[in-house]
Amino acid sequence: MAEIVLDGVTKRYPDGTEAVKHLDLDIADGEFLILVGPSGCGKSTALRMIAGLEDISEGELKIGENVVNDKAPKDRDIAMVFQNYALYPHMTVRDNMGFALKLAGVPKDEINRKVEEAAKILDLEQHLDRKPANLSGGQRQRVAMGRAIVRDPAVFLMDEPLSNLDAKLRVQMRTEVSRIQSRTGTTTVYVTHDQTEAMTLGDRVAVMRLGELQQVGTPKELYENPVNLFVAGFIGSPAMNFFAATVDGGQVHLPIGDIELSDELRQRIQTRSSDSGSGSTLEVIAGIRPEDFEDAALVDRQHHPHGYEFDATIDLVESMGSEIYAYFAYEGEGASAEQIAELAQDAGTSEVPGADGQQVVARLNPDSTVARGERTRLWMDTTKLHLFDPRTGHSLTRPD
Amino acid sequence: MESDRRNMRIFGWGVADGLVLLFALLPVLWIVSLSLKEPGDVTDGRVLPSTWSLDNYDAVFSQDIFTAALRNSFGIAAIATVIAVIVASMAAYAIARLNFPGKVLILGSALMIAMFPPISIVGPLYNMWRNLGLYDTWPGLIIPYLSFALPLAIYTLTTFFREIPWELEQAAQIDGATPFQAFTKVIVPLAAPGVATTSILVFIFCWNDFLFASALTSTSAAQTVPAALAQFPGASQFSAPYGSIAAAAVIVTIPIIILVLFFQRRIVAGLTAGAVKG
Repeated sequence: MAEIVLDGVTKRYPDGTEAVKHLDLDIADGEFLILVGPSGCGKSTALRMIAGLEDISEGELKIGENVVNDKAPKDRDIAMVFQNYALYPHMTVRDNMGFALKLAGVPKDEINRKVEEAAKILDLEQHLDRKPANLSGGQRQRVAMGRAIVRDPAVFLMDEPLSNLDAKLRVQMRTEVSRIQSRTGTTTVYVTHDQTEAMTLGDRVAVMRLGELQQVGTPKELYENPVNLFVAGFIGSPAMNFFAATVDGGQVHLPIGDIELSDELRQRIQTRSSDSGSGSTLEVIAGIRPEDFEDAALVDRQHHPHGYEFDATIDLVESMGSEIYAYFAYEGEGASAEQIAELAQDAGTSEVPGADGQQVVARLNPDSTVARGERTRLWMDTTKLHLFDPRTGHSLTRPD
Repeated sequence: MESDRRNMRIFGWGVADGLVLLFALLPVLWIVSLSLKEPGDVTDGRVLPSTWSLDNYDAVFSQDIFTAALRNSFGIAAIATVIAVIVASMAAYAIARLNFPGKVLILGSALMIAMFPPISIVGPLYNMWRNLGLYDTWPGLIIPYLSFALPLAIYTLTTFFREIPWELEQAAQIDGATPFQAFTKVIVPLAAPGVATTSILVFIFCWNDFLFASALTSTSAAQTVPAALAQFPGASQFSAPYGSIAAAAVIVTIPIIILVLFFQRRIVAGLTAGAVKG
């Protein structure tokens, strides 16, 4: 059991590039923290620095009470699950799981007892004497987990442990990982690029981009009050819809219509805007999540008084059973900002023709009768509208 | 229909394989048959000996020239193999793991040396060795063997080492191993098959050499079996030593056949190393 403190931790390579820039992060004892971000954002490097597999160029890393910057991995009391599991192919499952204890000089029968205990938790009992080559992907993944558990370390480090599994197994193992962590209560740092894993697993989620920490918070915080365009677009699936918009006095002009701002929001925008005072109209990027739309026919207006209704021609309907995704396009320019372009590039959609941001996804109640090609009246929850500064990407509407 | 066509194809391949085998094994069969004939029957031209006898084998082993040569062959090949594999392991480890200037140059020159025609250095070596006192000694053969075996070993080992997942070393370190423990408990066991295969290939290379052995040795002090075979005396001054030569040839082939049969798959992996990957 231990807390982890990163204080200005930086990774600089000899050629001067910085993979991790001045990372400050306090991870509480027993906490499950997710490091998430697109590939190349420095999340794995950060984890490997905690593990001791990468040198820390600058800053201080504490595990428990001790500064461990210069300690070898073996002296940090950590266990790590690698993306490709890194099982020892020449050892049986039993030896794989017991390797660390054997090195630590634990008596043989105690090793056996601990390994069998872990095998029981992970449902690996009948595979203990097999070699990794004879196991399925899911079983290998569990052995890798088992290898971490048997040691009862102060910290678990996991580097995209589920990314090599197929979709169904990944969901299953996700709950498994969560169960094991809450059972052992071990401080865990978990790296992933999958925002669903981040949202479902973590006590807190830290979003990274280009080596810099963007925001740390509970999944709910990140989801409801993202600090910038990047976090807003990265967290949530399907992703938040972005529009180019202008704020003029108390109104936001969206391509789908004009919305009245509350006094509170107007206040926040005014104090935060980077070019306040340069005129009465302000260029912004507006963001609204798919689930903040609804089929106007199905909205209970008494409980949702702050809404805006508009007509849209539905291009495509995807019915998922429990929900409906309705796609519609709008006239006018798409939202463009550096952070949005980055997100599109990471998702690969920048190469898809037509995915230029003028398409909107609405997540509707399955009872909705929307149909492709039909003009439909949609409702939008205006209290859930996010506004961002197009230059800096910072949120203008986030509560302090 | 479908199965007919398949049967035809299997039959066709069977015939083709049979022809190739016949072509390759006929001389072997002939030499085995020769080795089992009585000295007087050697030139009778029959495939099967009219009288079977092991006299030739007796004769071979009773001759000092052969037993000494066998000892030389084993000794020289073994020493050359051990040195080549140790040095090549270090070189291959560096090439597979590290980035250093001149890496391509090292691989390039290794390849160049491996392709160099041995016949063109035999003459100069003969003169040099006589001046240096290395002629007809073990080191006199071990040194040229090393220079040709090393590139072979470096190439094969580099391919094997590249396939080792080095993340395991890190996993071992996290599991509490010192770098040395990580190497001995995780990396060495994984590298062992590659090292064994390379050793076998190098050993066979040294064992089979005739060119250097015949040019750089002259007596039983260093003569290996392939060179000694050519100098067998006959049973009498007037009879040709074909029977004994055949028997000796069969004997030196046996260890190689055993090695190849046991390590067939590994040797194929070693020979094709670098063909697909790397």
